[in-house]
Amino acid sequence: MQRLGVFVCHCGSNIAATVDVAKVAEMALMEPGVVHAEDYQYMCSEAGQAKIAEAIKEKNLTGIVVCSCSPRMHEATFRKAAERAGLNPYMVEIANIREHCSWIHKDMEEATKKAVILMRAAVAKVNLNTPLQPGESRVTKRALVIGGGIAGIQTALDIADAGYEVDIVEKTPSIGGRMSQLDKTFPTLDCSACILTPKMVEASAHEKINIYTYSEVEKVSGFVGDFTVDIRKKARHVDMDKCTGCGVCQEKCPSKKAPSEFNRGLNKRSAIYTPFAQAIPNVPVIDCDNCIKFKTGKCGICAKVCQAGAIDYEQQDEIVTQKYGAIVVATGFDTINLEKYDEYAYSQSPDVITSLELERVMNAAGPTHGHLERLSDGKAPKEIVFIQCVGSRCSDDRGKPYCSKICCMYTAKHAMLIRDKYPDVNVTVFYIDVRTPGKNFDEFYRRAVEQYGVNYIKGQVGKVILQPNGKLLVQGADLLDNRQILKEADMVVLATAIEPNPDVRKIATMLTASIDTNNFLTEAHAKLRPVESPTAGIFLSGVCQGPKDIPETVAQAGAAAVKAIGLLAKDKLLTNPCTAKSDELLCNGCSTCANVCPYGAITYEDKEVNDHGIREVRRLAVVNNALCQGCGACTVACPSGAMDLQGFSNRQIIAEVDAICR
Amino acid sequence: MQEIINRAKELLADGTVARVLGWKAGDLPYNPEPAYFENAEALSDFVYNGFCGANLSKYMIEASKLEGKTLVFLKPCDTYSFNQLIKEHRVDREKAYIIGVGCKGKLDIEKIKKAGIKGIESIEGAEISDAAETLKIQTIYGEKEMAYADAMLERCHVCKGKEHQVYDELIGESKETKDAELFAEVERIEAMSPEEKFAFFQNELSKCIRCNACRNACPACNCRKCVFDSTKFDSAQKANVDTFEEKMFHIIRAFHVAGRCTDCGECSRVCPQGIPLHLFNRKFIKDIDELYGEYQAGEDTESKAPLTNFTFDDAEPSIVGKRG
Amino acid sequence: MSIENKEFKPKIVAFCCNWCSYAGADLAGSSRLTYPADVKIIRVPCSCRVNPMFILRAFEKGADGVIMCGCHPGDCHYSTGNYYARRRMTLLFSMLDYIGVENGRTRVEWVSAAEGVKFSDTMNSFVEKIYSLGENVRLGDLRCKR
Repeated sequence: MQRLGVFVCHCGSNIAATVDVAKVAEMALMEPGVVHAEDYQYMCSEAGQAKIAEAIKEKNLTGIVVCSCSPRMHEATFRKAAERAGLNPYMVEIANIREHCSWIHKDMEEATKKAVILMRAAVAKVNLNTPLQPGESRVTKRALVIGGGIAGIQTALDIADAGYEVDIVEKTPSIGGRMSQLDKTFPTLDCSACILTPKMVEASAHEKINIYTYSEVEKVSGFVGDFTVDIRKKARHVDMDKCTGCGVCQEKCPSKKAPSEFNRGLNKRSAIYTPFAQAIPNVPVIDCDNCIKFKTGKCGICAKVCQAGAIDYEQQDEIVTQKYGAIVVATGFDTINLEKYDEYAYSQSPDVITSLELERVMNAAGPTHGHLERLSDGKAPKEIVFIQCVGSRCSDDRGKPYCSKICCMYTAKHAMLIRDKYPDVNVTVFYIDVRTPGKNFDEFYRRAVEQYGVNYIKGQVGKVILQPNGKLLVQGADLLDNRQILKEADMVVLATAIEPNPDVRKIATMLTASIDTNNFLTEAHAKLRPVESPTAGIFLSGVCQGPKDIPETVAQAGAAAVKAIGLLAKDKLLTNPCTAKSDELLCNGCSTCANVCPYGAITYEDKEVNDHGIREVRRLAVVNNALCQGCGACTVACPSGAMDLQGFSNRQIIAEVDAICR
Repeated sequence: MQEIINRAKELLADGTVARVLGWKAGDLPYNPEPAYFENAEALSDFVYNGFCGANLSKYMIEASKLEGKTLVFLKPCDTYSFNQLIKEHRVDREKAYIIGVGCKGKLDIEKIKKAGIKGIESIEGAEISDAAETLKIQTIYGEKEMAYADAMLERCHVCKGKEHQVYDELIGESKETKDAELFAEVERIEAMSPEEKFAFFQNELSKCIRCNACRNACPACNCRKCVFDSTKFDSAQKANVDTFEEKMFHIIRAFHVAGRCTDCGECSRVCPQGIPLHLFNRKFIKDIDELYGEYQAGEDTESKAPLTNFTFDDAEPSIVGKRG
Repeated sequence: MSIENKEFKPKIVAFCCNWCSYAGADLAGSSRLTYPADVKIIRVPCSCRVNPMFILRAFEKGADGVIMCGCHPGDCHYSTGNYYARRRMTLLFSMLDYIGVENGRTRVEWVSAAEGVKFSDTMNSFVEKIYSLGENVRLGDLRCKR
């Protein structure tokens, strides 16, 4: 028989204002096995934890229930407190009477009744708990960073500087990411390339950093401290060791019809290409879909002109398998597809462009060599309209419900830069709200309005019409003056919503990292653990977690690095003991459990058993505790109930069900 | 029948098999029971006729543990069960010598009795080699006749085919017996209102006496220890004292064999209360076919069972309310 | 003992996976998004941990509705758990419907950790549905009724 203690937390007034905590404690004493119950203002405080420890020692408790906030918040706290008092930490159960009760109910009587039931369910469960011992697993002292943009580069540099090996896997031919496509950065108007390139060089030169470009993560197995990852190095068809990066192949390549990804498709590139001049590594790749040699078998000019003999048409994809202790996701973002926003005439006129395309237009290495001109006829625009929130803060399913966060600031930047360089160009911005929280952000925006005379109109644009004369007619509304506006423009720039890189869902699935409906990776705690995934050993860096600008990305990248370093610095980790366990006498050996195990943690062994006097050799399921992550899929697949989950056993859950339905 | 006995004698004599798993006569002309025969003399008790409906594949679980091979006679439908047991590592193919026997449908004594034929002394025309379409039944009230097809088990009217899925040799001719739609009965229930469905099943299941005959006969219900007998779920040792536990038992039993049940129909055949238990299993089979693609348990020994498999765009559970 | 005179207060059991929907319920709580106190949540590691026996057990013991919430398909913390859960629950619910249990008494909903609003909306609509269906008389064990 268990000797149980129940501790009811007031959480200040968070719980006590709606739940009669004294009553919950009083009712607890009537539950089977409960020998001690008390309530206290803050159970998680040092004094509260001391009360728990004292009761455990004085009353010889074998298990405790804490009625408090969510177990996701303080289960670990109370487990540690119990352990310090000599109790097995897995003899602790939490009744969530805050998030699931006091915070959502108004009526004290009703909330108290529910709190009592939740307490009963936890008591019923802990009555069936058994002490569990975590195992140990080793930590591979190497980190993987997925994504080679500024987030990934910064994380890799920080981890490497702490002395650990880091691999960066970047899917495109060069590291650099979105930041390499930007012309200037807000609110300082720094040249993006000027501040990024040194970081790229530093990463590629760092002795602890190994960069796999033009590569993708193909398969991930294992768990925190001991991940095994297959990386597909796509065939570049250029020997990385031999290539000198002279660029002659690109110059001589006769196929120059492929849209340049780096310039957002605004101009063309050769079939053998490096995405941009500062690319790292400075080794081109052959785009087989556009290469004449690959399409027809005839050509081979690049191989002929290459002095180094680096071109290798026979090169195949290569799979590299590597072990890692920690994985950082830094997969970044892209702008959304504008198919559903055809009212802005994006598909009809080359003079309607996204802000990211404008970055390329403004950039000296861009399609117009930095001259602001209409892409349709090359003429200098006189009237430019910016439309904000295209696809952001959208209530229907065409766009995204969230604010993309960076658009207000980069539009102010664009407007300012245009007005600065071309004072004769009129710039109008249609906006819903201008959001400028951030150091020196509002000052920056006000400069655009006050000093540079950018015309900000509060109101949305309903339609952009391409007129026969090639100009664009913008139909909008001015909400402050309550009037319709018709404005003829030479160029329209859409502040297009950003979304996580579409590949991230695939990666999240491989990593078993939580992801939300907008494809942003979920953090372990929205406030307190913002750079960790709920999946142990997976860390989040940059926009894959949520929209952010460059300084925020760099800060988060550093934070993710510190968390990864904290993990890599450990020699051993304790494993979750809530794993599946098979009852040998009940196991049929039918393999059903192994068929649903996502970790391959179940194997079969022929073992001799003594089943009530019958000795025989049977085929039995054996769970590898190091591999089992405790999902419980096997327990339901098992028809005989031989497979059970420690910490969430069939009887424990049934006891909870019974307590709730009592 | 003699052909079967002769072959069994040969296989025993040449040492191919150590024993024969077949049937011997019961106390009535229509209840032969499964039996082991260790030698040629014992085979004089061997019988095989239209009442030998039992699916012997389940007996092979225990027979697989014995020394040497066991000769077993399997009807076409039994071989699906045997395959399924191979897939679940519950029988040892190497320990079985399978003679696939032909089948012209198996008989249901309850149907004969329902036709008002009582006091049965002997039945002619039930042997497998017999080509007769009619049963001649001697009763204490004189001779009665009944068409063979009218006396057949429900499962034979929806027979899944006379092809043996696994065997070492074949004996005897088969005759097609399928003359009804497999899911007709299930569809009839699906079309009922919730009240009618509930009334139908309550009426049927209220007859259940929890004798566990269905469980014992079912080749898929082969757990060493049933969850309803173990302490793992706090569900053990419950007598049928209320309506729900009967339902819990039959729903869970059907659920545990879903995707594994070959629809051999033994559950309904052995139920002493005449509950059409196959309607549970067949409902799952129909759902699986409709939602996850046609699947016949026991057709092979490799494929993934529907409940240990998935596709990314499987139907959502809310489809249940929408299908109507 | 007359049930008619008593105001109907349904018992509703919600199974929530630890990683998504339990966190979604926590978010609903911290966002103060109310839903009726009739709902009681049981935390399980994954929706694939929910055994059909738990659901039948709840009904047996007098629950009027059972809802299971998990991560959205594709987002399972254990990568594939909710896919198995989806098949299991589809078949179970179909069977319950087949034996004449009102199909509104069971529901599966995918709720992510970020969907506090969806969690509370789901619970509100589910509870409303259970109120409209009234007491569960078809699946309950009469001995469990007070």
